[in-house]
Amino acid sequence: MKPFELERATDRAAAIAAAAASPTAQQGASIRFLAGGTTLVDLMKLGVEQPERLVDINRLGLEGIEEHRDGGVRIGAAVTNSDLAQHPLIKQRYAALSEAILAGASTQLRNVATTAGNLLQRTRCVYFRNIATPCNKRELGSGCPAIEGANRMLAILGTSAACIATNPSDTAVAMMAYDASVHVEGVSAARSIALKDFYLLPGDRPDRENVLRPGDLVTHVTLPPPPLGEKSAYLKLRDRASYEFALVSTAAAVVVSNGKIMSARFALGGVGTRPWRVPEAEGALIGQPAAEESFRRAADLVLTNAKPQSQNAFKVELAKRCMLETFKRAWR
Amino acid sequence: MSAQNPDAAKEDRLLPVTMVVNGEKRELRVDPRLSLLDCLREILHLTGTKKGCDHGQCGACTVHIHGRRANSCLALAAVQDGREIVTIEGLGSPGRLHPMQAAFLEHDAYQCGYCTSGQIMSAVALLKETCGATDDDVREFMSGNICRCGAYSNIVAAVQQVRRTQSEKGEP
Repeated sequence: MKPFELERATDRAAAIAAAAASPTAQQGASIRFLAGGTTLVDLMKLGVEQPERLVDINRLGLEGIEEHRDGGVRIGAAVTNSDLAQHPLIKQRYAALSEAILAGASTQLRNVATTAGNLLQRTRCVYFRNIATPCNKRELGSGCPAIEGANRMLAILGTSAACIATNPSDTAVAMMAYDASVHVEGVSAARSIALKDFYLLPGDRPDRENVLRPGDLVTHVTLPPPPLGEKSAYLKLRDRASYEFALVSTAAAVVVSNGKIMSARFALGGVGTRPWRVPEAEGALIGQPAAEESFRRAADLVLTNAKPQSQNAFKVELAKRCMLETFKRAWR
Repeated sequence: MSAQNPDAAKEDRLLPVTMVVNGEKRELRVDPRLSLLDCLREILHLTGTKKGCDHGQCGACTVHIHGRRANSCLALAAVQDGREIVTIEGLGSPGRLHPMQAAFLEHDAYQCGYCTSGQIMSAVALLKETCGATDDDVREFMSGNICRCGAYSNIVAAVQQVRRTQSEKGEP
């Protein structure tokens, strides 16, 4: 691992000021915040991340899960994945989020990994993680061997000629479906970013993955209150039953009344370069009977623009079946 | 200055850390790069914790931090200041084994033994987690510990025996 300095931040302003000296908050950042470290330390060992300085943000009071008086929830950036998944409010009102978290990683990792860290985790594309191979996300302009190479796990939606890497987070998929917002403090005023606007498509700059700027510190994530009577579920399909990244996953939250769909929110993981949500497909479900044909049509809409890679054409049909099964689990 | 005396530059980067390891207070100065795993093995000579993948994938390095299991290979020693660490050495010793260690012996829950300390640290933590009652539940909760020898069925048997004994005694 490349030598680095470690600064133990004692207040947010100092942490933000320290990190703001990095030329970027994206790939190639010279300064990184360190929370759980389960992604960052791993990538530093691989040489994928080579920060000169880490700012330890474990003592900034970013913990805590609080119910908002409107019925929503505020989740501290440093809340561990385990604590979030097991929280009674999350299990009761945001079941798909609890299920999504528990479908990811292992207990050891979830005990340490944090909420913001999970949202910011990096792709598992083997070329990104191997510094002996080219990768446009890791080293812009070096090329993308995945397009003609090992792409079975990679994306079929939101890809570009430069990058087809999948966003690996389960948590982000559920949070996307629940209309989460990411709250950030930075060198200028604090701001909120809807999660749907947080992640960037790769385009010709796959090294940029989100809208964070140098010094931006994610302080918490909020979920608005779910509509009355909403039921949700998360389903993850993978090569092993446990401790594996998704081939396809779906978080679905629906309200069904008198056999009709009143509200539908859903997002897909494992298929997109970012957690994938299609508002048009959700809109098409409103007022329709809560029956297989309706959900099948919505699934077709979501996958309309899918561009399978050489090894993962199976994901198109798998994604549709995954969505269908998740809807069934949610509404029954 | 650092060109003339590289050791002095290195010394500058060392950070003071105080942690309680197996009940004993340890005051150290560590390189920021040092993992908790390497700290335990190379500096504190607690070699019961094993290095497998060194990337948080195999679970051989599992220890308890503040009573919760974690992969010590992905934890930097320098950020453990003030934390309580328990390793396999702190769980039991020959003659006074932790019930989980005794159950692993009884059920022959290992072959080569390399993953065993991590398996046992996970299994002990599992006793206080919200794991369901079935063997499949145990398999899910133990999936972060890989055993190349394939001793999984005996590991599940050992974990289940300790859980049964606990519930008969009325322990949580």
